[in-house]
Amino acid sequence: MNTATETVAPLIEHRIAKNYFTEGGHTLKSWLLTTDHKRIGVLYLISIVFYFVIAAIAAALMRMELITPAGDMVTSETYNNLFTIHGTLMVWFFLIPSIPAVLGNFVLPMMLGARDVAFPKLNLLSWYLFNAGGLLALYAVTFGGVDTGWTFYTPYSSTYSNSHVLTMAAGIFIAGFGTILTGLNFIITTHKLRAPGLTWFRLPLFVWSMYSTSAIMILATPVLAMTLTLMGIERIWGVGLFDPKLGGDPVLFQHLFWFYSHPAVYIMILPGMGVMSELVTCFSRKPIFGYHFVAFSSVAIAVLGFLVWGHHMFTSGQSIYASLVFSYLSYMVAVPSAIKVFNWTLTLHRGSISLSTPMIYALGFVGLFTVGGLTGLFLAAAGLDVHVQDTYFVVAHFHYIMVGGMVTAFMGGLHYWWPKITGRMYPEKFGRLAALTMYLGFNLTFFPQFVLGYLGMPRRYHAYAPEFQIYNVMSSAGASILGVAYLLPLIYFLWSLKYGKKAPANPWKATGLEWQTTSPPPKHNFHETPIVDTPPYQYSAEATEAELLSISNKETPYG
Amino acid sequence: MADAHLALQEQFEEMPQQKEAATLGMWAFLATEVLFFGGLFLSYIIYRTNYPHAFAEASHHTVVMFGTLNTAILLTSSFTMALAVHAARENNTKWLFRFLLVTIVLALAFLAVKGLEYREDLREHLWPGPHFRPDLPPQAQIFWVLYWIMTGVHAVHVTVGVGLLSRMAWMTSRRKFSDAYYTPIEISGLYWHFVDIIWIFLYPLLYLIQRYS
Amino acid sequence: MNFPLFPPEASKVAQQTDYLYWSLIAICILAILVVFLPIVYFLFKYRRGKKADRRPVHLPEIPIEITWTIIPIVVFTGLFAWGANVYWTIERPPADAMEIDVVGKQWMWKIQHPEGNREIDELHVPLGRNIKLLLASQDVIHSFFIPAFRIKQDAVPGRYSELWFKADKLGTFHLFCSEYCGTHHSAMVGNVIVMPPDEYQKWLMHGAPGSSMAQEGERLFRAYGCSGCHVQSTIVHAPPLNGLYGRSVPLNGGQFVTADETYLRDSILLPAKDIAAGYTNDMPSFQGRLAEEDVMKLIAYIKSLSDTTP
Repeated sequence: MNTATETVAPLIEHRIAKNYFTEGGHTLKSWLLTTDHKRIGVLYLISIVFYFVIAAIAAALMRMELITPAGDMVTSETYNNLFTIHGTLMVWFFLIPSIPAVLGNFVLPMMLGARDVAFPKLNLLSWYLFNAGGLLALYAVTFGGVDTGWTFYTPYSSTYSNSHVLTMAAGIFIAGFGTILTGLNFIITTHKLRAPGLTWFRLPLFVWSMYSTSAIMILATPVLAMTLTLMGIERIWGVGLFDPKLGGDPVLFQHLFWFYSHPAVYIMILPGMGVMSELVTCFSRKPIFGYHFVAFSSVAIAVLGFLVWGHHMFTSGQSIYASLVFSYLSYMVAVPSAIKVFNWTLTLHRGSISLSTPMIYALGFVGLFTVGGLTGLFLAAAGLDVHVQDTYFVVAHFHYIMVGGMVTAFMGGLHYWWPKITGRMYPEKFGRLAALTMYLGFNLTFFPQFVLGYLGMPRRYHAYAPEFQIYNVMSSAGASILGVAYLLPLIYFLWSLKYGKKAPANPWKATGLEWQTTSPPPKHNFHETPIVDTPPYQYSAEATEAELLSISNKETPYG
Repeated sequence: MADAHLALQEQFEEMPQQKEAATLGMWAFLATEVLFFGGLFLSYIIYRTNYPHAFAEASHHTVVMFGTLNTAILLTSSFTMALAVHAARENNTKWLFRFLLVTIVLALAFLAVKGLEYREDLREHLWPGPHFRPDLPPQAQIFWVLYWIMTGVHAVHVTVGVGLLSRMAWMTSRRKFSDAYYTPIEISGLYWHFVDIIWIFLYPLLYLIQRYS
Repeated sequence: MNFPLFPPEASKVAQQTDYLYWSLIAICILAILVVFLPIVYFLFKYRRGKKADRRPVHLPEIPIEITWTIIPIVVFTGLFAWGANVYWTIERPPADAMEIDVVGKQWMWKIQHPEGNREIDELHVPLGRNIKLLLASQDVIHSFFIPAFRIKQDAVPGRYSELWFKADKLGTFHLFCSEYCGTHHSAMVGNVIVMPPDEYQKWLMHGAPGSSMAQEGERLFRAYGCSGCHVQSTIVHAPPLNGLYGRSVPLNGGQFVTADETYLRDSILLPAKDIAAGYTNDMPSFQGRLAEEDVMKLIAYIKSLSDTTP
């Protein structure tokens, strides 16, 4: 018994289906001027894949260079541009929008039983702001590059760099307003557009995660905007707040920058955690264990995330006492993440577990995010951080979380909701293959980097000491495997649009309002506003197994 | 009489829901603005604490007369904006339009005074850089960098406000508002009051502190 | 094939850091087992289609949640304290440390020993002595990183920072810049060479320039006209410098400040910042006229005016 609604839209599947693709216009103009949250989600998907590819190529070139200790493949200037391009594009033009702007936009209103977000026109505007910023970033990348690193530390960025710092900063600034609009929309939508009976504690946990993420988006991003403005003004005018010759403090930039950028990294994991709760419940046919705790831990992460920025600055010369406070709070912010992992684990107990592709990604997330999170404990120890700060240890840590965690969850969510978004199934065997390949390739790429970091290999090094080579070779080998793992879904998802099996309304037999309408959904999501009177995740492992037995030999490849 | 039903957008079920969403949205946006200005205020506080002497000397050169005049203008404009909202609530379209117009004129006056002040500041060589007046210590330039950025960003927000209120005035003239529907007026009012509040903080920080020390 | 896992462990702090590291690895392995083993078990036992008891069971949610919240908090607090302890040791140089000055600039490390010896990208130090580095930057932020000692510290333009160590192994160890500083960041590398104390003395004398840092500083003091105001002048009223270093200085605003390296540097480059009580803001700034190494020499000279030992 999986339905959570009293009034359900009739699931009549016409030969020529009426859905958000076919309704609302076929022209390019109808897509470019759409206010339909579903179309905007698709538009974002196309955009972020584009930037991902560019940033991934930059990474590939870096990993190729790093196979040998000498800096002999590209010049130092080029290498510095490559890691800056990789970082800025991946952070602002891929990861931050990824789950929120693609899956959040598509699924969140439907999960709430709404027809759209609260401000559909602002939603479209956010996509345009994102791309306007992206164009500026592309200009910077194409016409000479940026070489400050994604962190833009002064005075290098404000005074010494001879690259397109201003253009890239302007691009990030503009795209940032896109982020703010997305966050604003989600918050108001969650408050005001919930279907009757859908109280806060009946919401899917994906909504709790998106809400917490949105709070971070709207409160942290403006600080980045101002920080980049101040850095840019110093660059243009030649004088400013960070100039030591006037008595300015370059470290003030770091405080302002990290006050945004630390919460920003929670923007880059919380949505993944939200997806996790959806996948673990559906593919083990169990309600989540500890719903309230998982919900509140999202809020706790968002709040505590604003209080730990100084852990990026233990060696910057900041006061010892400040460092110790940041260290303690950094440990505390790890607690809610741990709670989530424990709750997902216990959800599996007495479940009926299926290893479909989304579940493989979910399990991969647990493996990789746990390692990434645990290595955060190393970095939070101030005394140990002194040694590994600015080395490959940090690089490994954040890739385990952002790629091993967030991107894995994004892939899981994309596979899970692909039938809903496109009306097609992807090929399951290739899905599993890609997930496993990704897991292996990822570990080979990034685990050696922990060792490299402790050995002392600094970040952003174009050439390195010879004893580091063996691990760099392993890492580069892993990167090539990882590349294949990401290429596979790109190919088969596109393939599925034409040749994939047509998807039913609810291929996974999942709970949640988004599954109570057709795949793909009609333009207005629901024919009638649903009414909710049950908690989420009303799965029953027992019933699933019983149903399987009664079907006996018939293969049920889904769910 | 404005047709309230036409104003209901399709994602909402009823007008009160739409109005609450719009209001909540504006409050959330203003929260982002607080954080936006926050970095500037934080930097000001830090540097004033570190260089009290240089900041005191630097602030002696702000033109108190212009600052005080602008404070009076902006406060009055907040009052006229409140009167505009009140008129809307009372279904008095005629006075809604007039009060909006007065608010816009006051905002433009603010910008004009600011322009005159900037001209004076430039003449006094208070633009940071190699031509900054040499009789002030180097850290005074930090004060003046903050002055130009804080008042400049604020002036941008005033200008946006002028545009916003002009659109409100135009919509009023097109009879889009009545006591049944005037939400855009209300949330524009929220924005305008916020712009005023930022100035209330800027004025003492830039013009009054340590002026007579 | 060589698979190194650790850099050389060349100081007690390095050893302490490694102990913490190993313990964290142990805790991580434990945590991973606590999570992965149940997951693997559940995956097998409750695999779809496998017969098992799947009747819903009401586990005591609140006690379980509280338990697995409290345990991490306790463990993390312990780790925090341990890390804080190591950090406290790293960040507080012992009082008797021998000081060596370091200036980072794109893209090299310039080192000055008090005896006057200068090195570039190499730091010779004696074994078993507390060494304190005074770090400055000529341009952008750099970071002085010695993996063998497990320490690093950012060199920030506009201020001094300190880094101390006591080498307990002989040898040559890597020195890396570990804060991205521009084009040749990866080339801003060098060596720290730890020698037996008597060999270090020999090395000092072998490469000795004519004068020590303090002597160089005195030369600069006269060349730049500092003596004109600061040495018993009847015309200009400027604070005397004898015995100044290390003293508590009253300022015009009523506060007190310790005359350390940072105070002296600011007094030379940003004289308007902290004006001594009873004096006026008359001193010109030497910003842009003195390189960081020269400021360090002047400071060495001023420090020598406080030395009671020769």
